[in-house]
Amino acid sequence: MKLGSRWLPWLFIGPALFLVGGYLVYPTLNTIYLSFFEVPFGPRPEVFVWLENYEYAFTNNQMLIAFRNNLLWLVLFTLLTVSLGLILAVLLDRVRYEALAKSIIFLPMAISFVGAGVIWKFVYAFRPAGQPQIGLLNALLGLSSPQFQPEAWLIDKGTNNFALIAVGVWIWTGFCLVILSAAYKGIPRELLEAARVDGANEWQVFRKIIIPAMSSTIAVVATTMVINVLKIFDIVYVMTSGDFDTEVIANRMYKEMFLLRDFGQASAIAVILLLAIVPVMLVNIRRFQEQEATR
Amino acid sequence: MKSISRIWSRLPLHLLIIGLALLWITPSLGLLASSLRPARDVLSSGWWTILERPFDLGQFTLENYAAVLNRSGMDRAFINSLIITIPSTILPITLASFAAYAFAWMDFPGRRALFIILVGLIVVPLQMTLIPILRLYNHLGLAGSFLGLWLAHTGYGLPFAIYLLRNFFGALPRDLFESAFLDGASHLTAFFRLALPLSVPALASMAIFQFLWVWNDLLIALVYLGGTPQVAPLTVRVSSLVSSLGQDWHLLTAAAFISMLLPLVIFFALQRYFVRGILAGSVKG
Repeated sequence: MKLGSRWLPWLFIGPALFLVGGYLVYPTLNTIYLSFFEVPFGPRPEVFVWLENYEYAFTNNQMLIAFRNNLLWLVLFTLLTVSLGLILAVLLDRVRYEALAKSIIFLPMAISFVGAGVIWKFVYAFRPAGQPQIGLLNALLGLSSPQFQPEAWLIDKGTNNFALIAVGVWIWTGFCLVILSAAYKGIPRELLEAARVDGANEWQVFRKIIIPAMSSTIAVVATTMVINVLKIFDIVYVMTSGDFDTEVIANRMYKEMFLLRDFGQASAIAVILLLAIVPVMLVNIRRFQEQEATR
Repeated sequence: MKSISRIWSRLPLHLLIIGLALLWITPSLGLLASSLRPARDVLSSGWWTILERPFDLGQFTLENYAAVLNRSGMDRAFINSLIITIPSTILPITLASFAAYAFAWMDFPGRRALFIILVGLIVVPLQMTLIPILRLYNHLGLAGSFLGLWLAHTGYGLPFAIYLLRNFFGALPRDLFESAFLDGASHLTAFFRLALPLSVPALASMAIFQFLWVWNDLLIALVYLGGTPQVAPLTVRVSSLVSSLGQDWHLLTAAAFISMLLPLVIFFALQRYFVRGILAGSVKG
């Protein structure tokens, strides 16, 4: 045993553990605690209210809209990013300009959600009929059909959530593509060729060989997207600030915190968000343990 | 003739890919083009009208950039973003390197349990931490300070950074470390002379990740800095311009492009490391 070798590991991990404890572990526990209290703004003491904050969270109309929107995001966003990423991973492998196309799809990952929000708010820009449309979407649709009436995409409650989800898909598809493409290139080419020689068509190869071979990577990518979608905040904050029924859970929490100054209710909302993520957390831990076992 | 029929049969594939690539790049090009057009043009016609006379450089101007840099405080915000991001990148990577080395090459009680907790913490929503930290910051006077933000980004970034670097350190050849220890090398020597130099690519990936993550962050800055213009980074500034400038697209597009400038440079210069980091973080695990 070398001198100090018992203390050295703790010197190495100590500062990191201290900050992780202070910024993640302690606040998480504290938020769970606060979610059972009414937290007055100012120095007055907290009042224990048992499940009242949760009751509010599951009955308040704004909250229900936020839940509905998050569910819509969860299904559409996850489905679209993962399937577009998968299809592109397979298709791009067949063209010579793969690297360039990949860079273009991947590019939005580098910029902020705020920047992406401005880019797309401009695409969706709306002018009343008769005026020149400066938003790309209304202009294009107006060009394709003379009867088309310009649409306020971010205000109309039938379209606004979809318009926001499209921005999310635009940002994250590149992430899915990069990972899925690496996994696709890891499938032995002989496997695909053998199936083709045996008379399988491209669709059968895709369904029967490519998808099963990539299933674990698809699962990893999909869980990553689920985590992203549950925490989604910036896009909605910048583009609609949650108006016109576009609010999601994270935005609702921010509003409870800063507009209504209700820390108890905001804590309850955060806990609900955490509970939604716990299954993913357990899956990640199990996956990690399996990998360790095969190391 | 075979090649022509081959081109024909592959035409739908090319059209689909090129179509999607155009769909992906056009909105960003629209933003860039609009930021370079005079206000009256931006507000009276679509940006695509520049394609009617693409070589007429007289239709472009830099006055929008001058306007947002001076009047809208984008210059201050750019500097704030740098002040926030640089320490928030260096600090977590330094601390994570030490911790990751310990998790990979040192033996201590609770090593496995602690690491599993860290893996679990990677996905904890930040929303869970905002209220207690903000209350603490208000108490300590750290709200609205750069120091508070540096520490917060470090705490939030550490679990993933430790996880990524530990996997990388752990994958280095065991013989290398064993023979170094046999030769009497201490852990400190092995860390500085072996683990770090051999992990430059992983450290670079991690640094790019963390840099972009902090540079692009809105929520944490919004909550802990409270939107005061003196300390607001670009994301906070641009998002407040979105509500105050409303339909002044010539200014908004210029401001948004300024906020993307550095991430775009990093993306194009260091894309390889960026991609490698993403792959290491999610596939190999």
